[in-house]
Amino acid sequence: MSNLNINPQDSAVTDLDTAFKPDCAQMRQTPVQAEAGQAPRAESPLYHADLASMAAKGPLEGGVQLQELSLLGHLVIRGSLDNPAFVDGFAQVMGFALPGKLASVEQGDASVRWIAPDEWLLVVPGNEAFELEGRLRELMAGHFSIVNVSGGQTILQLSGPDAVKVLKKSTGYDLHDRNFPVGKVVTTTFAKTQAVIRRLDAQQWELVIRRSFADYVWLWLQDASAEYGLIVRG
Amino acid sequence: MFLIYCPHCEEHREEEEFHAKGQAHIARPLDPDNCTDEEWAQFLYFRDNPRGLHHELWVHASGCRKFFNITRDTQSYEIKETYKVGEQPGVTAAKSA
Ligand SMILES: [Zn+2]
Repeated sequence: MSNLNINPQDSAVTDLDTAFKPDCAQMRQTPVQAEAGQAPRAESPLYHADLASMAAKGPLEGGVQLQELSLLGHLVIRGSLDNPAFVDGFAQVMGFALPGKLASVEQGDASVRWIAPDEWLLVVPGNEAFELEGRLRELMAGHFSIVNVSGGQTILQLSGPDAVKVLKKSTGYDLHDRNFPVGKVVTTTFAKTQAVIRRLDAQQWELVIRRSFADYVWLWLQDASAEYGLIVRG
Repeated sequence: MFLIYCPHCEEHREEEEFHAKGQAHIARPLDPDNCTDEEWAQFLYFRDNPRGLHHELWVHASGCRKFFNITRDTQSYEIKETYKVGEQPGVTAAKSA
C-alpha cells in the first residue's frame, strides 16, 4: 500500500489510522520497511555531499563546526491563538505551550519555532512525526492545519567561535547578543536565499533550509567558513 | 541600509525582506455579477498614483510572509507608518496637510 493515508476505510489501516478525521490527508514521509532487502532508502537533501566521509577525513581544527541534523520530522502547524482547542491541543500533546513571537521552545527531542503569528515549525525525530501528527489532529479542533514538510527541508547546525562571522557574511539581520538572544528565531534572507535562524547557545546556531537550496547553502557555507577553518561533523 | 517595521514580527527588518503589492484598501465588489463594466474595471485596473501620501499593501516575503499596509510619501520615500490589514491608517493626506 502507499504511504499516503487519505481514506480511513483503506484495507490495511492500523488503529491509529482509523482515528483520523475523514477529511484530512496525512503523509508518512519516513520510508516504510518494504519487502525484505528492498527497503527504500531515505536521503537527506545533502546526501550527495557525504558529510560523514568529509567528517572522517576533514580537518580537526578550525573556528567553525558544521553538522547536518538530517531526516528529522518537520511539521508546519498553523492555527489561531484565539482558538483554545488549537492552543490547548498542542500543549496537551507536547507538554509545553506554543512559543510567542520570534521565540522557540525545546524539550527533549522536540523543538518548536515561531514562524508567523499563525504558524509554527515543530521538529521531532523522523520516525515520530507521523504518529505525533495523528495525535495532534486528534486533540486539536476548529480551523487548523498540520503539514508534514520533512522531505522539503533540512537543518544545519553551525557552532564555534567564528560561526557568527560566517552568519554575518550571509545575512543582513543583526546577530548581536542584544538583538539575538539564545532561543530567538527569525526567518530572514540568507546567502541570497532564505533560512530560519535560531540561536541555540552563545556560539551555536541552527539553520532550517529548503531542500532545493541545500546544496547551494552547503557550498556557500564552505566558502564563507574557509578562512576560519571548517570542521564537518558526521 | 533601509529598514521597514513589520507589524506582525514587531521588528524593523531589511528592505530586501519585503515586496510592495500595490495600492491598499481596495474593496472587492460584493456582487461582481451585477457590476457595470466600469465598476469592475475600476476595481481591477484603476489605481491612484499620488504625489505625496499613499497607502500601500506590502508583504514580509522573506520573513513571516504576512501582508500589511504602509503609509508612504511617494515623493520622499519616507514611510510614515505600517499597520495590519483591517486597520485604518493613522496618517492621511487630510491630516498631514
Ligand atoms: Zn514579519
